[in-house]
Amino acid sequence: MLQDSDRIFKNIYGPDGADLASAKKRGDWDNTKGLLAKGRDWVIEEVKASGLRGRGGAGFPTGLKWSFMPKENDGRPHYLVVNADESEPGTCKDRDIMRHEPHKLLEGCLLAGFAMGAHACYIYVRGEFIREREALQRAVDEAYDAGLLGKNACGSDWDYDIYVHHGAGAYICGEETALIESLEGKKGQPRLKPPFPANVGLYGCPTTVNNVESIAVAPTICRRGASWFSGLGREGNTGTKLFCISGHVNKPCNVEEEMGIPLKELLEKHAGGVRGGWDNLLAVIPGGSSVPMLPKEICDTVLMDFDSLKEVQSGLGTAAVIVMDKSTDLVKAIARISHFYKHESCGQCTPCREGTGWMWRVMERIAKGQAKPQEIDTLLQVTKQIEGHTICALGDAAAWPIQGLFRHFRPEIEARLNGHASQEAAE
Amino acid sequence: MSVRRVAENQPDDFSFTKENISWAKKQIAKYPKGRQASAIIPLLWQAQKQAGGWLPEPAIRYVAEFLDMPNMRAMEVATFYTMFNLEPVGEHFVQLCGTTPCWLRGADTLKDVCRKVIGEQNTVTDDGKLSWLEVECLGACVNAPMVQINDDFYEDLTAEWFEKILLDLKRGENVPSGPQTSRKASEPEGGRTVLKSIEGDA
Amino acid sequence: MSDLVKVNVDGVEVEVAPGTTILQACEEAGAEIPRFCYHERLSIAGNCRMCLVNVKNGPKPVASCAMPVAPDMEVDTKSEAVQAAREGVMEFLLINHPLDCPICDQGGECDLQDQAFGYGVDESRFQDNKRAVENKNMGPLVKTIMTRCIQCTRCVRFATEVAGVPEIGAIGRGEDMEITTYLEASLSSELSGNVIDLCPVGALTSKPYAFTARPWELKKTETIDVMDAVGSNIRVDTRGREVMRILPRNHDDVNEEWLSDKSRFVWDGLNTQRIDSPYIRKEGKLEAVSWSEAFEVIAQKLKGQESNTAAISGDLACAEGMMALKDLMSQLGSPHLECRQDGAQLPSNGNRANYLFNTGIANIDDADALLIIGSNPRREAPVLNARIRKRWVAGNFPIGIIGQDEDLTYPATHLGNGAETLAELASGKGSFFSILKKAKRPMLIIGQSALAREDGLAVLEAAIELATQSKMVSDDWNGFNVLHSAAARVAGLDIGFTPQEGGHDLEGILAGATSGDVKTVFLLGADELDMSRLGDSYVVYVGTHGDAGAHRADVILPGATYTEKQAIYVNTEGRAQMTEQAAFPPGEAREDWKIFRALSEVLGEKLPYDNVETLRARMFETAPFLAGLDELTDAGMPDVSSLTIKVPLSDAPFMNNAQDFYFTNPIARASKIMAECSIQAQARNISEGTGTDG
Repeated sequence: MLQDSDRIFKNIYGPDGADLASAKKRGDWDNTKGLLAKGRDWVIEEVKASGLRGRGGAGFPTGLKWSFMPKENDGRPHYLVVNADESEPGTCKDRDIMRHEPHKLLEGCLLAGFAMGAHACYIYVRGEFIREREALQRAVDEAYDAGLLGKNACGSDWDYDIYVHHGAGAYICGEETALIESLEGKKGQPRLKPPFPANVGLYGCPTTVNNVESIAVAPTICRRGASWFSGLGREGNTGTKLFCISGHVNKPCNVEEEMGIPLKELLEKHAGGVRGGWDNLLAVIPGGSSVPMLPKEICDTVLMDFDSLKEVQSGLGTAAVIVMDKSTDLVKAIARISHFYKHESCGQCTPCREGTGWMWRVMERIAKGQAKPQEIDTLLQVTKQIEGHTICALGDAAAWPIQGLFRHFRPEIEARLNGHASQEAAE
Repeated sequence: MSVRRVAENQPDDFSFTKENISWAKKQIAKYPKGRQASAIIPLLWQAQKQAGGWLPEPAIRYVAEFLDMPNMRAMEVATFYTMFNLEPVGEHFVQLCGTTPCWLRGADTLKDVCRKVIGEQNTVTDDGKLSWLEVECLGACVNAPMVQINDDFYEDLTAEWFEKILLDLKRGENVPSGPQTSRKASEPEGGRTVLKSIEGDA
Repeated sequence: MSDLVKVNVDGVEVEVAPGTTILQACEEAGAEIPRFCYHERLSIAGNCRMCLVNVKNGPKPVASCAMPVAPDMEVDTKSEAVQAAREGVMEFLLINHPLDCPICDQGGECDLQDQAFGYGVDESRFQDNKRAVENKNMGPLVKTIMTRCIQCTRCVRFATEVAGVPEIGAIGRGEDMEITTYLEASLSSELSGNVIDLCPVGALTSKPYAFTARPWELKKTETIDVMDAVGSNIRVDTRGREVMRILPRNHDDVNEEWLSDKSRFVWDGLNTQRIDSPYIRKEGKLEAVSWSEAFEVIAQKLKGQESNTAAISGDLACAEGMMALKDLMSQLGSPHLECRQDGAQLPSNGNRANYLFNTGIANIDDADALLIIGSNPRREAPVLNARIRKRWVAGNFPIGIIGQDEDLTYPATHLGNGAETLAELASGKGSFFSILKKAKRPMLIIGQSALAREDGLAVLEAAIELATQSKMVSDDWNGFNVLHSAAARVAGLDIGFTPQEGGHDLEGILAGATSGDVKTVFLLGADELDMSRLGDSYVVYVGTHGDAGAHRADVILPGATYTEKQAIYVNTEGRAQMTEQAAFPPGEAREDWKIFRALSEVLGEKLPYDNVETLRARMFETAPFLAGLDELTDAGMPDVSSLTIKVPLSDAPFMNNAQDFYFTNPIARASKIMAECSIQAQARNISEGTGTDG
């Protein structure tokens, strides 16, 4: 198990105060000037070498992403945009960072922004996180007052502004280009790529969008060194990670653990185990609602990191572990997720706009036993018609949970539909 | 998402209070010159607050004009983002998370409470105190089931406790937000498994 | 060229410019790519996903409309995987699309219908109810059946980008996204009808045309519009002798593929208020008579007074009609000819560059600064205005305006109200002069409001002076432009339908008619005059509609409209184009030149042509540029030397013609559709004028 000394977010539960003085006691803002003095390239190299992969779901190497920003300014300003639109069902880690460890995020914003030649940063907080936004704004104000932000931030000669922005209820704004559109005052509809944000992003300027957690761990990585971070977990899946454990466990919680911790250990050590015991486990969605579920057999042994979960045709996503015990009607659980995607589809492109509604309706009928068994094949074909055919990944995210359900539980569901059919025939 | 329309009954006009005008100008200053449209969500949100929790149509036009953008673009924004209430809501507006993590832990029982105490979705109680809406994941999944009432989250709810909260609010009583059990924030019930040495002031 | 990119499409190699999209490269290679949202004149949305293709080694199919080519890219547009991807998209589009093709006006010319033949399957797997969407009001021109909408957003992009009136949007989101205007207000753009053409399905259709005809039963005639001086290329669809609808035709250099609402929807005006027989006024009342009787009356009236006859041609007159009337007047010995019924002081002698839109509409794309003088191009030439806007959208295009400061759909710096400001600029003063001077290809547009005034020639002189001073005119660039609003005007000036030696101009003719010196006045479709100034003169009206001219006339001779004859019109650029006959004129009506030819015979002054070819040969002698159809001839440089200025610049502001956009000519005034548009526009102006918020 991860040592407390290796935990980055020591105040993730909040007892220690989110204010600047408390944060400083925990090591935040300690000689940030010195870190900046090592230069842009050093910061990027350090983050690259740490093996940090994006914590927002896609797992793209963070340092590499930063390096895509133009090295020279062509006259256009560069922007760092922090994605605090935490909306993936099951996920509530960035919320804790913003309300309990905001200074880690702000210091990370300065380091990351500096590394990519940005003088301005926007933090896009989901609209519903009103208290979190207020907490974050308080921290920003404190940091300005202390000279850590603004002109000559931390005495580094680097001017740096952070602005807290917010949304108003749209999951799709967690997609980076939809977030940029929203930040520009439009509907949050994802952009076509190319061009990528690193070339044409916010206001047409080079922009990098990073998840809150990715940015918030950067200062500790820079301070303790890339090798410390990369020494945790395993190659390609390094460091620590905030896990959100929800659903049918005895003690749902957030916890920072080492990458690659066995799922079973994670649940039993920190979340009080599965309700009714491990054998009462039916399935787990290991990385937020977008990733396919895993049946108990896989959960018995699977490790919680990007590559291990990919091997079992799922994903780490946001590391939001949704646990479902044997009392769960899995079809209903996934139908509710299908409803979520239908609700959150931006409506821009055809497969997602039309497909999410179609899938949800079929799922609802299957849940009620009102579908014919052959409709399962149609449904799976529909998921394939969406997957890979849309502008952004929401289409994939809507398709995968259904695919995951039928990959592992098809016989049970077929039996159920057949049961209904024969019952109806009997009546 | 269902079809969203502006309410039938609308006030004649809308304009920001003096305080809100200066507040709005500060918001606009966050964005580069000429990019004032960026402030539309914060401004519409403030307009909704000023109007008592919902966004009247004249306010949409007012904000569009304030930001020098076409009315139509502002209408698109107001109807795209679901936190903009296009119809009046109760003084205490309950947004009930119904997405799977909350559903797994009993969100349906909370819906029953809403129906019992308030009525159907999108109807305001006669006293104007309460209305409710099922919404998608609010991002407090390890504290499920939960609801948001105006600006605050109420977490780790049971049907009984939730009913008490609603009745308290109806009576005008103050109800503390956050987890409704003994647990703190997102730590496990009964005490932390890690970081036990961090005590702080709490 | 070496910087071309080599792309392989289904085994066919093509070389395309870098930045070309895969879709364009595929078309180059002859591979047809289905699409709904993509339109070459709109921004790329990439939302319909119908144009998916596979790129070798790509992880997933790409939307070819949005993806630029890369060197040595191998594109597959025909494989099973691609077909399957498109079938998938087509199925999604169809699950919520109604199966109401039999009652849909788009039927027979519907992109969705067409593509469904290639990518549709014959069985529906969708078991649930189809979505129903409430229809939205968009005004008298565009009918909406929103359940048919496939959310391609072409209409939204057109209104925002091309028309510059961002009044259409998509509200809501997901499957509940709906296209609408703000609170269902009527469309206000003068180009709104184009969304009907752009809509790939039957969601936006023509309201006036609704349920009147099926495309396959219509005769289609390719011709030219005359509602303004742009010369938009159009297609007139007729059934029998009735015009059922008018559609734009593509002409890259003129109207691209757009058409103004007046040009598109004026057609019901072609069928109402028509003059279908000669008339004579007897004891104050008009009475239908035979051609010969009418001619006889005119002959008697003219006898001995031939030289005291005058002729004024109107805004819709064709070159042939004006030529024949001019010849007739010349044979009668009358020098009193006038084609400028609005009193515009346009020079009538020789130098075309003094009255043409010399830059050319298409070359607006290349200009880098613009000064508008006494004109509202949005109302006077909506399609040309869209071109200006397109240039403005491209960036770095400062626009100044002298005259009324109106919403032109792009921002313009208001420099002043009238001639004073123009004179100041012409003398090299003012910051906008520096902008023009600094520009490499500056242009100015002077409109009729600046010229149709007593000091018009002095204004023109000042404008030419400014053009010269600011180097707008050089060997390879001519930035001096007169914007006409009358389709007939340039041809009138070209063939010299202007006062001949010793002849009166408009003012002279009207003064003469009032005083009794001018005995007879021929009005060739001239309806926008102050008829009260015709005094007791004898008025022969040759025209098509019972409008102001016919009201005043003593004799009416029924002519043919632009859809009823083959005739030459010259647009504001000096581009001669020929209309084609789509329908026959009603009743006794005849083409104008034939009327004058017949009349000349009765008058004993027989015109020397028996057919239109001879007439045109004669016309081309007078004005050779009319012979080169659809060609632009360099008119050279504008110059002031030929201008005889009698009235110096006044300081009265340039006031744009307040005439209702929808009511500028007798056909438009006869149109119920235009009347409806006009009422809507007036209501809009009133509500905007008083304001709706406190």
